[in-house]
Amino acid sequence: MTVEIHDGTRWRTVCTLDDLQPGRGVAVLLDGEQVAVFRDRSGGLHALDNRDPFSGAHVLSRGLLGSRGERPTLASPMYKQVFDLTDGRCLDEETAPDGTPAVLRLWPVRSAVEPAPAAARPAVPARATAQAPA
Amino acid sequence: MTSHSPDRPRELVLVGHGMVGQRFLEAWTEQPGADRWRVTVLAEEPRPAYDRVHLSSLFDGRTPEDLALCPPGFLAEHGIDLRLGDPVTAIDRAARTVTTRAGRQVRYDALVLATGSAPFVPPVPGRDAAGCHVYRTIEDLDAIRADAERATIGVVVGGGLLGLEAAGALRATGLSTHVVEFAPRLMAVQVDDGGGALLRRKIEDLGVTVHTSAAADAVATGPEGRVRALSLSDGRELAADLVVFSAGIRPRDQLARDCGLPVGARGGIVVDERCRTADPAVLAIGECAQAADGRVYGLVAPGYQMAETAARELADRPGDGFVGADTSTKLKLLGVDVASFGDPHGAAEGAVDVLYSDSRLGVYRKLVIGADGALLGGVLVGDTDSYGTLRPLAVAGRPLTVPPEQLVLPAGLSTAGPVALPDEAVLCSCHNVTQGAVRAAVREQGCDSVAAVKKCTRAGTGCGSCVKQLGTVVGEELAAAGFAPQTGLCEHFAQTRAELYEIVRVTGITGFSDLLDRYGQGEGCEVCKPTVASILASLGGGHILDGEQAALQDSNDHFLANLQRNGSYSVVPRVPGGEITPEGLITIGEIARDYGLYTKITGGQRIDLFGASVDQLPGIWARLVDAGFESGHAYGKALRTVKSCVGETWCRYGVQDSVALAIELELRYRGLRSPHKLKSAVSGCARECAEAQSKDFGVIATSAGWNLYVGGNGGMTPRHADLLAADLDRETLIRTIDRYLMFYIRTADRLERTSVWLDRLEGGLDHLRAVVIDDSLGIAAELDELMARHIGCYQDEWAATLADPDRLRRFSSFVNAPGTPDPAVTFVPERGQIRPARPGEDGRVLTTPAPVLVAGPRLEVLTP
Repeated sequence: MTVEIHDGTRWRTVCTLDDLQPGRGVAVLLDGEQVAVFRDRSGGLHALDNRDPFSGAHVLSRGLLGSRGERPTLASPMYKQVFDLTDGRCLDEETAPDGTPAVLRLWPVRSAVEPAPAAARPAVPARATAQAPA
Repeated sequence: MTSHSPDRPRELVLVGHGMVGQRFLEAWTEQPGADRWRVTVLAEEPRPAYDRVHLSSLFDGRTPEDLALCPPGFLAEHGIDLRLGDPVTAIDRAARTVTTRAGRQVRYDALVLATGSAPFVPPVPGRDAAGCHVYRTIEDLDAIRADAERATIGVVVGGGLLGLEAAGALRATGLSTHVVEFAPRLMAVQVDDGGGALLRRKIEDLGVTVHTSAAADAVATGPEGRVRALSLSDGRELAADLVVFSAGIRPRDQLARDCGLPVGARGGIVVDERCRTADPAVLAIGECAQAADGRVYGLVAPGYQMAETAARELADRPGDGFVGADTSTKLKLLGVDVASFGDPHGAAEGAVDVLYSDSRLGVYRKLVIGADGALLGGVLVGDTDSYGTLRPLAVAGRPLTVPPEQLVLPAGLSTAGPVALPDEAVLCSCHNVTQGAVRAAVREQGCDSVAAVKKCTRAGTGCGSCVKQLGTVVGEELAAAGFAPQTGLCEHFAQTRAELYEIVRVTGITGFSDLLDRYGQGEGCEVCKPTVASILASLGGGHILDGEQAALQDSNDHFLANLQRNGSYSVVPRVPGGEITPEGLITIGEIARDYGLYTKITGGQRIDLFGASVDQLPGIWARLVDAGFESGHAYGKALRTVKSCVGETWCRYGVQDSVALAIELELRYRGLRSPHKLKSAVSGCARECAEAQSKDFGVIATSAGWNLYVGGNGGMTPRHADLLAADLDRETLIRTIDRYLMFYIRTADRLERTSVWLDRLEGGLDHLRAVVIDDSLGIAAELDELMARHIGCYQDEWAATLADPDRLRRFSSFVNAPGTPDPAVTFVPERGQIRPARPGEDGRVLTTPAPVLVAGPRLEVLTP
């Protein structure tokens, strides 16, 4: 099983499912952009900006998954702000120190079977587990 | 372009965008009809309003952005035209226009002056020399910081609030610091002689030299025109490379003077209680104004009240005017808590003082009681915990419900319960929020936490001195509404850390999921996960990166290194007791050089290597482990260091071998996971060169054995350790420390230091002594066994990680580009080494220098 992120144009294979330890993330470099990819305890995949808007460091892939009420969350390892994994919003502060809204971009992510030869690859993958591309 | 439409917007011009100016804009935009006005702000400084009160925090690593006060999007949302760096130079009241330095003319229907104040620099010869500064703006601080780099001695002229702030800043930059004060005591306005004397002693203990009853006479300069010395009115001359004038402030009222508006005898634009000047179209607020009570306030809270008053006045909704304000203050100056409230000097007829002073503890408390028994004011130095209760009582002029002496005595001697505040008492004086408003926010608006109340009422979001009291009131109100007080770890576990520890110990649960499913709820969070990880580790749960445990660790533990501000990591090898061979030193130096790391000697006798990327950690550690070093656990809530002096081996005064004991203790407790980090030290004689009494456990040699001290700490609220047992032999000493540590680990709360734990422990030191020495609880054998298990199971985390390709896989910046370092982590050179690049700085990208072995995630496994 591989993990794929949609970069706005196409799905890109970034790692295998085994690379993702439940509850822990990895960082992905996509044409200079950094994405943090997580797998939660129940197997769901999440992909968000890796840049922590509060410290400016690209460290969110090293944060801890959790929950707040019903919402699945990610806590930044730097100053511990908590983000909602369903919409990327920071639940603790609305704006970052530079004045921008503290919202992380969500990237469409899915797991897929090992890539088949290009010609035979289905247009819509059979096993998308997370969000569809916007 | 002229418009004759009746809808033509009216023009409001605000001069100055400081704290008060910004507060005025916020209050103004909330007024009905404000949107029919066009607002222009003309400001002198090059940046929007920032928090001047916390200016000194720039020396503690905060950035100017952290201090910004203007909410993002605020100006755009309200169509406010802010022009920075273009101050008003003239007002034409007849034409109703202002002219700016750039020559711009702006018409106004209403003009609000918020020009603040300027630092007062006494007219001493030489005061303009290079190296002379004032302490008012971010630019001033930048200039001081730049100058401080080539200075060694700094002198602050002025021993008031701002002067001591400035002295703290100079001290923080490493300068040898002097304070010169004209009055016979420090903070003459706020504190009395007794409080001033204690304050002076505390500040001198920090290494700042204080000269009172002395004025600056002249600044002497060297041949290149820089400050060389400051001569004083008593004839002495202080050598100085840098001088900061902080001798008070003067209202900036020149614009008003020039256009014929009346000013007070000692400066300040005269305004009435609605903040109007003699010209009905012109208002003045904040430190540039002389209020209706004839005073010029140099504090932000009265300025805020004036801002609110002026906004209402302009919107034709005058409420209560501004007739004067509370000038109570609570501060931490150079780490010393100081508070003064109400009338601290007891000027009223028949007023008497009730005071308690303990030089040994460094506490001074004075209450001024009126003839009718009402609390009029007071001074607190060294311990300001009761400020939150006493200030509102004093400001309300309320008679006390308990004898005043009970309020000044130390907790152990006082029999008084908490003092009830009336609902009209102002809890937060920065935002003028009463206790009643806070209670109503909880009761009627559903605020169920301090954070929610802060958001709803703004209480506690100013200087923050009322937050503790706020917590008490919110807690009381929630309890009254039937909500049980929250003692649990977080929303996922209703148990305390100590309870979870017992659950894990008794049930033998070895995984977080298991514990969560059986005793918790939800998915966990950044609070409970590392706590449970620590409990599992201290109960012998194996390598902290094994299995599910890896997903629980804080980022530091996860990478066995310390996360730094730009996302890079630091590496700290263990140097037991601080003893290191030349070969070891050379190895560390070579590794740092090969990887281009920043090196620094830590406070605990180790060497810090900064600036490593995740990808480099295994390579660095492979070389360290190869050279015999092991993990220093600088990243963990675990034993950090056992510091030592050289002891009897080298020192003329030493009476025992402190180095050998420190090494033994450090190796014994290395890797021990605990609720908070642990530090220790061993001194070879009573001279205490290892500072053992500031540690979680410290040992001092006596001619008869070892004295064991516990519960000390440095940090934010330092505490001296208590003597637990004296003249112990080596074996008894170690057994006692074993039990002390295990008892602490078993019963402490999350992130609870030994000092806080000891203070909370019922029965205190005597109880602890009974448990660990006399085994009063019958658990000593169990504690001994736990420690023996820890020592038996210890393995070096880094050596174990390097030996396991699976664990090594995580040390990669990018899963899809192993070996590529984070391109966003950049550095610039400073003093011959690297430091993280600041935003906007063009740093070089972190790269692994060519000649060293590449530290990829698939590093070759080393076999010892």
